[in-house]
Amino acid sequence: MANIISDETIEYVGILAKLELSDEEKEAAKKDMGRMLDYIDKLNELDTAGVEPMSHVFPVSNVFREDQVENGDDREEMLANAPKVKDGMYMVPKTVE
Amino acid sequence: MSKQYETVIGLEVHVELATKTKIFCSCSTAFGGAPNTHTCPVCTGMPGSLPVLNKKVVEYAMAVGLATNCTITRHSKFDRKNYFYPDNPQNYQISQLYAPICRDGYVEIETETGSKKIGIHEIHMEEDAGKLIHDEWEDCSLVDYNRSGVPLIEIVSEPDMRSAEEVIAYLDKLRLIIQYLGASDCKLQEGSMRADVNLSVREVGAKEFGTRTEMKNLNSFKAIGRAIEGERQRQIELLKEGRQVIQETRRWDDNKESSHAMRSKEDAQDYRYFPEPDLVPIDISEEWLEEIKACQPELRTEKLKRYKEEFEIPEYDAQILTGSKQMADMFEAATAICKKPKKVSNWLMVETMRLLKEAGQEPEDMRFSPEHLAKLIELADAGTINSSVAKEVFEHIFHEDVDPEKYVEEKGLKTVNDEGALRETIERIVAANPQSVADYKGGKEKALGFLVGQTMKEMKGKANPGKVNEILKELLK
Repeated sequence: MANIISDETIEYVGILAKLELSDEEKEAAKKDMGRMLDYIDKLNELDTAGVEPMSHVFPVSNVFREDQVENGDDREEMLANAPKVKDGMYMVPKTVE
Repeated sequence: MSKQYETVIGLEVHVELATKTKIFCSCSTAFGGAPNTHTCPVCTGMPGSLPVLNKKVVEYAMAVGLATNCTITRHSKFDRKNYFYPDNPQNYQISQLYAPICRDGYVEIETETGSKKIGIHEIHMEEDAGKLIHDEWEDCSLVDYNRSGVPLIEIVSEPDMRSAEEVIAYLDKLRLIIQYLGASDCKLQEGSMRADVNLSVREVGAKEFGTRTEMKNLNSFKAIGRAIEGERQRQIELLKEGRQVIQETRRWDDNKESSHAMRSKEDAQDYRYFPEPDLVPIDISEEWLEEIKACQPELRTEKLKRYKEEFEIPEYDAQILTGSKQMADMFEAATAICKKPKKVSNWLMVETMRLLKEAGQEPEDMRFSPEHLAKLIELADAGTINSSVAKEVFEHIFHEDVDPEKYVEEKGLKTVNDEGALRETIERIVAANPQSVADYKGGKEKALGFLVGQTMKEMKGKANPGKVNEILKELLK
């Protein structure tokens, strides 16, 4: 494996993804990420000068909706997905700015 | 000698577009609905739901871009901006980073020092987040997702502004352009227009920019002015003490007139943008672009010019009339009916502005119909009602949008043109007020005013004051 992922990197990525990893999981993730980057290195061997970056596989564009209200009030159904509800709102741990 | 500092300001302006539905689902964008009554699996980030782009959002964004001299990106895409916060149920915001819809524009602002171009770096489309309400009782937060997915455009300026005055002129210019386009109502207080201020200071003559801070929570032009002054002072003081400005986001508290660093940027600001896989790119054809160009309405600068030329409205009045889309629309609609632009202008400039001010309202809050104003002008012009009655009737038009013709009829406010009846009344008033008559004859002009007033009172305001004057003078000769 050419790419070695440091402990700091895996820690940082874990924080960004809001994941708590055990030491074992961290080691496994380091290996996986290293292999992924190796694969990217492989792709980088190709000369892509003059090739437009691709963001979609299918040659489709301009899929639009007209601006018309079609959804009604499905609050009860939507709130059924919430872990906790109060006053018609989703109750979440306190967030402070 | 103390150092001189220059303030450098760039703005990020978010504008909620006036579409009926959200950007990626067909939920209503109506403001003020009961919490979570305008939500669906898409705007609450349910796994498996898929966004579909609202065409109108693209059209509004193009219209704003064209009106601000931008280049429209012919092949535009959406990207995912990843972050965790409960107002954002997907854990990402769909926005545009790599190929925003508009780029490289400018608007021209007028300040006391003359006109100046403010560059627009880009305009991109994105979705708004939900609203968090902090519950003191339960020590938790409550989320309302009605606003989640409401379409926004973010207008990013170049760091071209140097003072609060320029910032306000720039915002006012944007607000008017967007209102005229009908793309948003741009109300700072209601949050349909929000400005984040990026500000740094540097020594006059320095080439490099200083370290900037970003200020949020500015919801009035006044707050923006105060926040800029406060932040400028704070940064200059830090530099004078030989300390550093830290790049951070600060929240302005307009009551305390000070700002504080917001929830930390020790949480890494790493949004890991990547192309949005659930939305296909937007290709803007020549035809589509031409179609939008053809539909661009007359903007303020053109209207201002036209009012002066076509209607012979003075500069100052034309400024006020075109200072809001609603006011300009009202002026044009009423003028089209009664063909008396100067009279319409006068009613709007004087009485309407006065009543708006009294009610603490903006021109956007006007609720009366131009037909009723036009009719009132015709009634007054024909002498059917006198000017003080007209003012009284106008108050009812302004508040309740009454039909002036019916109102005047019902309340019996028509001017009494029966000269015989008027003369009789005046004779009675003269006989009943010998002191005033003597005063007037003794040279006190004021006494005449009192007699006119008494007559008008007796006639319940329905006499023509000019006529009353005339008859009085004749009787007192």
